[in-house]
Amino acid sequence: MSSTRAAPAPPSRRPAPERGRSGADERRLTWRNRLYRFDMRYMPYLMIAPFFLLFLVFGLFPLLFNAVVSLRNYRLDDPTLPYWAGVENFSRLVADEDFWNALYNTFGIFLLSTVPQLLLALLVASLLNRQLRAQTWWRVGVLLPYVTPIVASTMVFSVFFSRDFGMANWVLGLFGIGGADDPIDWRADKMHAWIAIATMVNWKWIGYNALLYLAAMQSIPRDVYEAAAIDGAGQWKQLWRITVPMIQPVVLFTVILSTIGGLQLFTEPMLFDPNAQAATGGPNGEWQTIAQLIYKVGWKDLNLGYAAAMSWALFLIILVVAGLNYVLTNRLSGGRK
Amino acid sequence: MSAIAAPPARRKRRPMARAPQDTPAGLWTYLLLAVSMLFAAFPLYWMFVIATSNDEALAKLPPAIIPGDRFLTNVDEVFSLQDVYFAASLVNSVIVSTVVTASVLFFCSLAGFAFAKLRFKGSNALMVFVVLTLTVPNQLGIVALYIVMGKLGWNGTLLAVIAPGLVTAFGVFYMRQFIVNTVPDELVESARVDGATTMRVYATIVLPAIRPALAVLGLLTFVSTWNEFQWPLITLSGTDFPTSMVAVSDLASGNYVIYRRVLAGAFIATIPLLLMLFIGGRQIVRGIMEGAVKS
Repeated sequence: MSSTRAAPAPPSRRPAPERGRSGADERRLTWRNRLYRFDMRYMPYLMIAPFFLLFLVFGLFPLLFNAVVSLRNYRLDDPTLPYWAGVENFSRLVADEDFWNALYNTFGIFLLSTVPQLLLALLVASLLNRQLRAQTWWRVGVLLPYVTPIVASTMVFSVFFSRDFGMANWVLGLFGIGGADDPIDWRADKMHAWIAIATMVNWKWIGYNALLYLAAMQSIPRDVYEAAAIDGAGQWKQLWRITVPMIQPVVLFTVILSTIGGLQLFTEPMLFDPNAQAATGGPNGEWQTIAQLIYKVGWKDLNLGYAAAMSWALFLIILVVAGLNYVLTNRLSGGRK
Repeated sequence: MSAIAAPPARRKRRPMARAPQDTPAGLWTYLLLAVSMLFAAFPLYWMFVIATSNDEALAKLPPAIIPGDRFLTNVDEVFSLQDVYFAASLVNSVIVSTVVTASVLFFCSLAGFAFAKLRFKGSNALMVFVVLTLTVPNQLGIVALYIVMGKLGWNGTLLAVIAPGLVTAFGVFYMRQFIVNTVPDELVESARVDGATTMRVYATIVLPAIRPALAVLGLLTFVSTWNEFQWPLITLSGTDFPTSMVAVSDLASGNYVIYRRVLAGAFIATIPLLLMLFIGGRQIVRGIMEGAVKS
């Protein structure tokens, strides 16, 4: 600021308008004016600048630069390779069995976690959508999983799903499934591993989604229910015919959110593996997800170029699936009225 | 369900016209809610059970469900493990989460204020840009982010973990909504007439008015920063100052995993968040629910 005042250039640009006034007074006035103009014109930009700068550098630029890296030979262990790789990384991707296996796992776990998650969230939300005693505490209670670190809860579930003394097998044994003599090995085949991991995801997100639904449910106008009650619609019917279509925008939102999150699943499959550092998702990749494969290719095999190509592929897959889910949910939840 | 099946006499007087949220919850509702609570809380409780037990607790059927008396022993073991750096990791997590939260609160409320109350060219287009970035899964740029951090020489330092979290599009969006709804235009105008600069308006009018929103955004940001795993693992693993999540995962690596240690570490790393939920639960609930209605 002081430099503006001392700078001789600005006054010379504008010929002094009134000579009668004392110089000091006028200088103070124009300084104030300038400050005011600066404040009105440029201050808003200065205020939003930190967000945009930081986002560009650490958010948008990496995403775009990722495309460049995916077209390069970028091996941390071999910098002598030619700079550009062309589409080599992508053609390798198409033929990579690991990639297709990881894609298969990712979708399997995604289906097993998203559908029950959102349905159960809907149920919990409709339970919470009553006049309850200690209302706040019920709502806070369903958020326990949400604040629990996935790292911590995955460790617990890993023990739950151990073969010999796991809680899951013990409970199932009570119902005559598996049992002590023929325990389920949750890490031996795809389906069981997927179920175990999907259970963790469901546990984590049901409460959070329930609160999103609850918020939407409470903004449904009350007279809608009056009309339904006069028509004789029961409670169950009300939930599916009125509540769900009325909260459809939020349902779509949660579907998109859980698609974006579900297809990038990383922590659960990583730490479900007793040998987590290998990032293979089981001895034969039974539950290796794409995010995990990207980690393995990039930081275990040290091939960042190929990992970038994989991220790019995952990005496109997420876009397509999110779009498809949007259309599908739109049809299912609002189509029939 | 029983709540709805009202006696016929009452139904005749007036058709069941109450919205669900005006209907008192019946026994079934409470029962089902209690079951859901049990599901939500049990893994946490059991984490504590194993964290307080000896090795045998995990090698018997039916499984242990009552806490043991070895919590301090287990915790002591976790803290004294040579290559896990557990104590340092807790300090690091506090540093990272605090810096990120403070920065998000400051920069996002500044930008939110500008978008909500100031007139400037391009503000609408820029706000649309912010909303669009909400949907970008920035985890996908992680390979390039690693390269960028490498060029900056930040990999393996806390800077690499802090920098990407300093601002969030959600924060700007949330702050803007809140300021639009709670700070009256006239108040800003009259302060302006009195000669207050924009920053002064921010400090004396906006900041006091948005305290509740700051609490909400601060809690949500702190929780999610504390829990981050993938990026800290990539940039910090192998160093001697991991974050607490990386340290907990280190507890579980190796050929022979001692789960009472792992879960003792996990439990300690969860305590701060449980405290936050206990103290600020109301705000966290509010933040999530408000976000839902507005989006």
